[in-house]
Amino acid sequence: MTASPLIDIQRLRVLFHGDDGRTNHAVDSVDLSVAPGATLGLVGESGCGKSVTSLAIMGLLSKQSSEVSGSIRFDGFDLLQAGEHTLRDLRGNRLAMIFQEPMTSLNPSFTIGDQIIETILRHRGGSRFAARERAIQLLRRVHIPSPERRIDEYPHKLSGGMRQRVMIAMALACDPRLLIADEPTTALDVTLQAQILELMRELKAESGAAIILITHDLGVVAEVCDEVAVMYAGEIVERAVVDELFASPQHPYTVGLLGSIPRLDHRTEHLATIEGMVPNMANPPAGCRFAARCPFVVDACIKAPPPLRELSPGHASRCIRAPLERLVS
Amino acid sequence: MTALLEAQNLVKHFPASRNLFGRPTSFVRAVDGVSFHVDAGETLALVGESGCGKSTVSRLVLRLIEPDAGSVCFEGRDLLALDANELRAFRRQAQIIFQDPYASLNPRMTVGQILGEPLALHALVPSAQRRARIEELLRLVGLEPRVARRYPHEFSGGQRQRIAIARALAVEPKLIICDEPVSALDVSIRSQILNLLRDLQDRLGLSYIFVSHDLAVVKHIADRVAVMNLGGIVEAAETEALFAAPRHPYSRALLSAIPVARPQAKRSRLILQGEMPSALNPPTGCRFHTRCPYAVERCRTEVPKLAAGAGGAVNHPVACHRTAELPPPEGVVPTDGGFSPALEKLVAAFSLSEEGPGANGVGIIGTPSQA
Repeated sequence: MTASPLIDIQRLRVLFHGDDGRTNHAVDSVDLSVAPGATLGLVGESGCGKSVTSLAIMGLLSKQSSEVSGSIRFDGFDLLQAGEHTLRDLRGNRLAMIFQEPMTSLNPSFTIGDQIIETILRHRGGSRFAARERAIQLLRRVHIPSPERRIDEYPHKLSGGMRQRVMIAMALACDPRLLIADEPTTALDVTLQAQILELMRELKAESGAAIILITHDLGVVAEVCDEVAVMYAGEIVERAVVDELFASPQHPYTVGLLGSIPRLDHRTEHLATIEGMVPNMANPPAGCRFAARCPFVVDACIKAPPPLRELSPGHASRCIRAPLERLVS
Repeated sequence: MTALLEAQNLVKHFPASRNLFGRPTSFVRAVDGVSFHVDAGETLALVGESGCGKSTVSRLVLRLIEPDAGSVCFEGRDLLALDANELRAFRRQAQIIFQDPYASLNPRMTVGQILGEPLALHALVPSAQRRARIEELLRLVGLEPRVARRYPHEFSGGQRQRIAIARALAVEPKLIICDEPVSALDVSIRSQILNLLRDLQDRLGLSYIFVSHDLAVVKHIADRVAVMNLGGIVEAAETEALFAAPRHPYSRALLSAIPVARPQAKRSRLILQGEMPSALNPPTGCRFHTRCPYAVERCRTEVPKLAAGAGGAVNHPVACHRTAELPPPEGVVPTDGGFSPALEKLVAAFSLSEEGPGANGVGIIGTPSQA
């Protein structure tokens, strides 16, 4: 990657202070950067910190219960130092987000038109009439049929796929430079998922916005992402260009994930399983966080935390035993 | 071989609105003439999008809801003729596992109580031996016997689904209906539950009706697949045959939409335009014609029957007027090209560490049926 990154995250750490006095390490020393026009997939299972990372970027974590440190440079700002006012100007404008649940992220008491127009007026100003015209254009752009009529409908009248399109239209309202999509297709059927992914590819080609796609589904990653970062227990354990990651994963956790997906042209009696549980993040282990579940574990893994090490240009792994090929040859 | 379960022309219409006098004025036609059978020891998958009626079918065959028309026979007996006592006895033969392991276990009962309830209800095990049986069930699904004293909230999603499976197994059923049993679980946990279901089937000779929208999972677990669209089966086939050559345009669209974890996957995508029409007012003729790229005038007026096609494939019926004229199915199902030999070995390392549930050889004990 030669172009200077659009967003550059350094040593991001998020701690949650619980009521019981325990502190949870939700995200630990995460470094990420996305170039303009690129799509980064952030993959991991429930609780790995991928959504918390996105909320930290958006500045949506509660100041009372969480402690965020590190730096997030976006468009000349450090988002972690920026005031609430600056963040409000950025959010929905140059920085937009799509959430997983289109059912709960639209306000049921306003028409979808009102909600899109509100965003446009807040950031762009102008007349309400012009904003309405733009909203209709946006709805057309996300392929909502007869947008002139749909714009005055309430969210409950729309199906799940339509609502997700409205969410995308709203996110695109001010031509964002970075779009964060948190599990945008998880609540949808496969046929709708294919439509939405197609739409995202199309929009990326048109607008040149960078996308951070958060998902647990490696299939979705393979379809739309250029680069992938795999997260486990609050850390990035592997980062690579998408083809590399799927052809030659260099962290055992990634290998386990790939093996546990049923394959279409290969029938096996048993799928690979990752035994054991995610470590307790109130008290993360001193060494590698995946060691307890790893079939390739050696003593050195448990002693010290492994660094994220670059194995080849653009391919980094947090495993001291990588490259893994030599373990099985 | 007579089928374990045979459903004929099941129909269920739910009232959607009523007039002033409480008479229904419109119906959601959730299930409209569905027939299928399940043999002993086999897995039949019902697949389709949300709202296609697959979950309604799974509840109809257990008589959790009453069908408006049609028949369900279990081992040759007509379930719809059973009275309340007989129905309860039948429920020993057939159980269901639900999608949401958080909502389907009573939070006020310990795991031991949850598993003990069916044993007491069906008077299966004398109370003195109940504890031993509960421990055995837990071991069978890969949990430690000591968890019997704990409450559901102390478990993760995957463990809860194991408890739900143990509860279903408690009555030694012949058939288990799995309604999206792994959709709510993370991928690595999902594979554990799928492996468990497989092992239990091999060891106990269970039949499954596996309701799912995830076709890769279906490919892995099912022997036969019935594809549903808007309340009807549009295609039924052996799993291998369906994935090798899907014959209905809807099946093709579903299969081509599967996201595969290979960036270089080859496929010719068939992306459906629009959304599933409402079951409140389904389209005339073929119910898929509004979204079908191959629809002609006949499809709009005439309802296609589920029938063996021109090739005479009796085991692969399809409900489409244009089956014979469709382009060949090449490239519809994405091919992923497989793993490199080194990656294959690395993945195998994850399978080796696994011991399988109840590795110490505990099976279902034989309390002979009271019949």
